[in-house]
Amino acid sequence: MSFINYSAREINCKLVYYGPGLCGKTTNLQFIYSKTRPESKGKMISLATETERTLFFDFLPLSLGEIRGFKTRFHLYTVPGQVFYDASRKLILKGVDGVCFVADSQLERMEANIESLDNLRFNLEEQGYDLDKIPYVIQYNKRDLPSAVPLDELRATLNSNNVPEFEACAVTGEGVFDTLKALAKQVLTELRKGG
Amino acid sequence: MLNPQLALYDEELTEIREVADRLHQDSRARTILIVDKNGQLIAASGVDAELDTTSLSSLVAGNVAATGGIAKLIEEEEFTGQYHEGKEISVHMTIVARRIILVVLFDKNTTQGLVRLRVKKANEALTGIFDALAAKPKGAQEDVFKEITDEDIDNLFGP
Repeated sequence: MSFINYSAREINCKLVYYGPGLCGKTTNLQFIYSKTRPESKGKMISLATETERTLFFDFLPLSLGEIRGFKTRFHLYTVPGQVFYDASRKLILKGVDGVCFVADSQLERMEANIESLDNLRFNLEEQGYDLDKIPYVIQYNKRDLPSAVPLDELRATLNSNNVPEFEACAVTGEGVFDTLKALAKQVLTELRKGG
Repeated sequence: MLNPQLALYDEELTEIREVADRLHQDSRARTILIVDKNGQLIAASGVDAELDTTSLSSLVAGNVAATGGIAKLIEEEEFTGQYHEGKEISVHMTIVARRIILVVLFDKNTTQGLVRLRVKKANEALTGIFDALAAKPKGAQEDVFKEITDEDIDNLFGP
């Protein structure tokens, strides 16, 4: 649910990075944080366990500039990927404007990808959203790893609806901003349609 | 859509700010924040420069969401109020009109009793404003977004 403040001329939107445990959601946000000018970003907050696994969420506020005189602000959130944090994932999806599914390209994580994607669809439906109708992109992360599954196979398994997809290596940042831009564009386009 | 878009205009924002300012004064609290349940800051009163209101709003919303999740699990409709006691500063949070969180940060300059009393009054005023806002038909200002072109969106991201 975007929040439009006509008085302050601001558009605020919420983007959520979803995916299986250790797929690189937090790493995406960390890279965006490290490469964004200080005046365009707020503090990055990570609610994590002692072993740096996301416990509740990561949060990064970004300002992207103005559009028709309105400041555009995006609040980026990640969910905890581990299966047993499902209740927290549901909460973070509340009021979402766009979702990025971060898939782990490694062969041994394919089952986890499928399970997480099913979980995303189910949790969205519980909140009254349809994954086929909301702004949505897929990122195939960890393309640099030796056990990475070929792109065609990932596409056939995870992207049957042909949504915008990006190959990435979140650690080096490859594909990270392309993914974010594509998602932000879809959200703004949706806003144009009247949200 | 389950969550309709929240649009705020000058008129309501002025009213909301007035409620926040009044509560700030009457409760003798340090800071008042009015945050939507998704963590977006709507209005504030008594904010000093060091306070990171963006982070605070997001965390407050996360906190309220988590507590709401607990309520659901134990089949309680909603916990409408929360209180966190600190050594120097305490936090009082109240859910208003089911979608807004009224946050009061206060210190030894006041008491929890006074804060609660004043919050109750502010809650009523804010409920009236947000209920009226929810019932308000979409105005002509929404058309601004219909005029956004692909080029406008592309320009936002630079070359």
